[in-house]
Amino acid sequence: MAETLLELSGISKTYPGVRALDDVNLRVCRGEVLGLIGENGAGKSTLMRVLAGVIAPSAGVIRIGGNDHARMTVNKATLAGIAFVHQELNLFENLDVAANVFIGREKLAGGPLKLVDNAEMRARVTPLLERLGADFTPNTLVDNLSIAERQMVEIAKALSIDARVIIMDEPTSSLTISETERLLEVIADLKAHGISVIYISHRLGEIMSCADRVVVLRDGRTVGELTRGELSHAAMIRLMIGRDLKALYTPPAHTPQPGGCDIAGVVTTAFPDRQIDLSVRRGEILGLAGLVGAGRTSLARAVFGVDPLLGGEIRIDNTPVGVASPRDAIRQGIYLVPEDRKKSGLVLELPIRENVTLASLLDHARMWLVNGGSERKIAKEQARRLSIKAPSIDIEAVTLSGGNQQKVVLGKWLSMQPRVMFFDEPTRGIDVGAKSEIYALMRSLADRGVAIVMISSDMEEVIGVSDRVAVMHEGSVSGVLERDQFSEYNVLRLAVGQALETLEIAAP
Amino acid sequence: MMKKELGLFLLLAVISAITGAINPAFLSFVNLLNMANLIGLFGVFALGEGLVIITGGIDLSLGSMFALLGVVFIDLLTTYQVPWPFALMLVLMGGLALGGIQGFLITRLKMQPFIVTLCGLLIYRGAARYYTSDSTRGFGYGDEASTLSNIASGNIAGIPNTFIFLIILAVVLGVLLHRSVYGRWLYAVGKNEEAARYSGIRTNLVIATAYVISGGLAGVSTVLFVFYTNSVSPSSFGNFYELYAIAAAVLGGCSLRGGEGSILGIVLGTALLQVLQNLVNILGIPNSLNFAVMGTVILIGVLADQQLQARRRRKAALAGLARTAPRSKETTILQNASPRGAAALPTSAGDQA
Repeated sequence: MAETLLELSGISKTYPGVRALDDVNLRVCRGEVLGLIGENGAGKSTLMRVLAGVIAPSAGVIRIGGNDHARMTVNKATLAGIAFVHQELNLFENLDVAANVFIGREKLAGGPLKLVDNAEMRARVTPLLERLGADFTPNTLVDNLSIAERQMVEIAKALSIDARVIIMDEPTSSLTISETERLLEVIADLKAHGISVIYISHRLGEIMSCADRVVVLRDGRTVGELTRGELSHAAMIRLMIGRDLKALYTPPAHTPQPGGCDIAGVVTTAFPDRQIDLSVRRGEILGLAGLVGAGRTSLARAVFGVDPLLGGEIRIDNTPVGVASPRDAIRQGIYLVPEDRKKSGLVLELPIRENVTLASLLDHARMWLVNGGSERKIAKEQARRLSIKAPSIDIEAVTLSGGNQQKVVLGKWLSMQPRVMFFDEPTRGIDVGAKSEIYALMRSLADRGVAIVMISSDMEEVIGVSDRVAVMHEGSVSGVLERDQFSEYNVLRLAVGQALETLEIAAP
Repeated sequence: MMKKELGLFLLLAVISAITGAINPAFLSFVNLLNMANLIGLFGVFALGEGLVIITGGIDLSLGSMFALLGVVFIDLLTTYQVPWPFALMLVLMGGLALGGIQGFLITRLKMQPFIVTLCGLLIYRGAARYYTSDSTRGFGYGDEASTLSNIASGNIAGIPNTFIFLIILAVVLGVLLHRSVYGRWLYAVGKNEEAARYSGIRTNLVIATAYVISGGLAGVSTVLFVFYTNSVSPSSFGNFYELYAIAAAVLGGCSLRGGEGSILGIVLGTALLQVLQNLVNILGIPNSLNFAVMGTVILIGVLADQQLQARRRRKAALAGLARTAPRSKETTILQNASPRGAAALPTSAGDQA
């Protein structure tokens, strides 16, 4: 086997209450493309951030060229020739390509004046762009480049520091098919020049076509390694799943009632060329699974009126409803518990009381003057019902724990009359105790006749809590699973865009 | 919450007491009434500016609005002989309309408040100067609008009407801001517009309304100032007044990031600024230092407030730690008993056992 370029051994990373990485081993050889796969939250990104020196591991050794390091720093990683092409590209749109490539390492001229030598930088970037087959020049403004072209800039930046390992995190998630093919050609060229690539992707087809070796992570552990000859979709998916799922499921009190919410031919701004059809009955919890960026949040935002609806129709109990703004949606009884509760769910600096009544304040007012008594009553009621742990309802939401903040967001909606509720990653960053409280709450809401859509990237949650699971892939629904079809294998197959040619019946 | 206002009030009292002790003329009845009049004049539009600042915006156009509305107002009364109630109505509506246009540009066309109102500052001033060919407009010898003049610049039992008006306005706006649904929305939008929108609040309307109220109050202030000076020189009338308003609001506890401030604070801020101006005269400090004194006091005031807030937050954080401490008492004791590095070992061993 070729010479080992870098090796991670026994890498662990713990955050309070979470073990993000647990004794991970990874080896990269010269001129090899290493595929790194795993479900959402399996620890791929954390591992790469350890390697790039952005975060320090809690334990383990990073061996580069025979030297052992307990942790990397961004500078050390750069010196060792490790470059990162980020999932969200880190470029300065207001600067040109050459300036971006040399950002922080500008070539200087003019002696003590330390002027930036633009000519020199452009001269150095030109051959790199030629090598990548890019059809833009070093003085093009990054603002004018497409996502694929920006990626080329990132790769040029990596080449300019003589990178020996380039980490690509979901590089094709926003690329078209021809752009993806172009990128794979570039990767083959890098490989031919002896540069190694760590290729992280959910797209197993791409992994199949470019990887020499694949390492699979699950729950922060390395669970397997496949050589080129062993690669197959089935083998990869089997390694990615395979946990014991805890029994979380509480069945509904009665069979789903007629009526509910129908999403018919809806087109969102994120995927203007795809249509979404989805139904959720009253009394039902519909899990909405899929990979990050599959269009689930965009759907929730469109139905809640945050983003414009480019097409299609939303019906509640078979009556079409207009949702031009969140205000319209709320009037129709469509509520959203957003993904980022600190940014969109709460006004952190306001007390619990004011957050609970933020959406329904006019109901607690006479002649537009707030009725303090009525407001306190409802806020106290919600705090008790949701067992929000806080010394008083007058303290600011910012002082609460994640779980209690989420309960305040829930309290805001439960104090009103929900008909359809979207929960976007409702338990992200929340401790186990509060999680099960939130599941119980969703079930009791469903039993009261509310139609519930739960967007979740947590497989355990999707399979454990939902009555049915719809899976999204690249902007449309790729399949809906009934409970007897629930399995991680089936969800993942649909999530990566494979049809269920043979349905696996899940073991009970 | 009231701590800020209390602090400001104490600062005001201390400065007044010291000035009074150095020169008793400061506390004379005449001087106090004169200051009350000025506080009334400057407070009215500072309150409007405060609302705008709470949305996270700013209104730089107020001074120029006074000039434009002022020359129009005098022209309506003198040249066109319009009955004063109509002239008054027209000027108020003019202020509301200018505020509305600015609010529209900021919320619907997503322009930055600083730019929109800076352009307003330039445009209104230019329009006023062009309209009058840069000549001063004043009242003739006739008694145009003497009723209105008496209302605007008169007094009740010696107390200037402007001051009385400010108090009434402050009470009304205080109820609006601190008791009404609109006020709650204004703070929510100022602190986190996205979360407010996700709660079904029409954030654009809430913000635009603040600019409309500010414009309307600018109309009121125009009338009060016109009868205070009795003439309007379009190139200098109201110059820098928006900065007085911003200074008063900031001194009164408004944050330019939005979502903070109170009516009482803004009134106290206005009062403090007027006291400082007066003190410069009374103590014989060269008049040219006027702005420098104001700037220094605002700088120190805001700095002190920030430091006090940071200290309060640290205290609150410590109190929060103390609340959660009992749960992990053992760990705490262990850490107290042994040096930091050693503490980790027994704790982790204990976990395993």
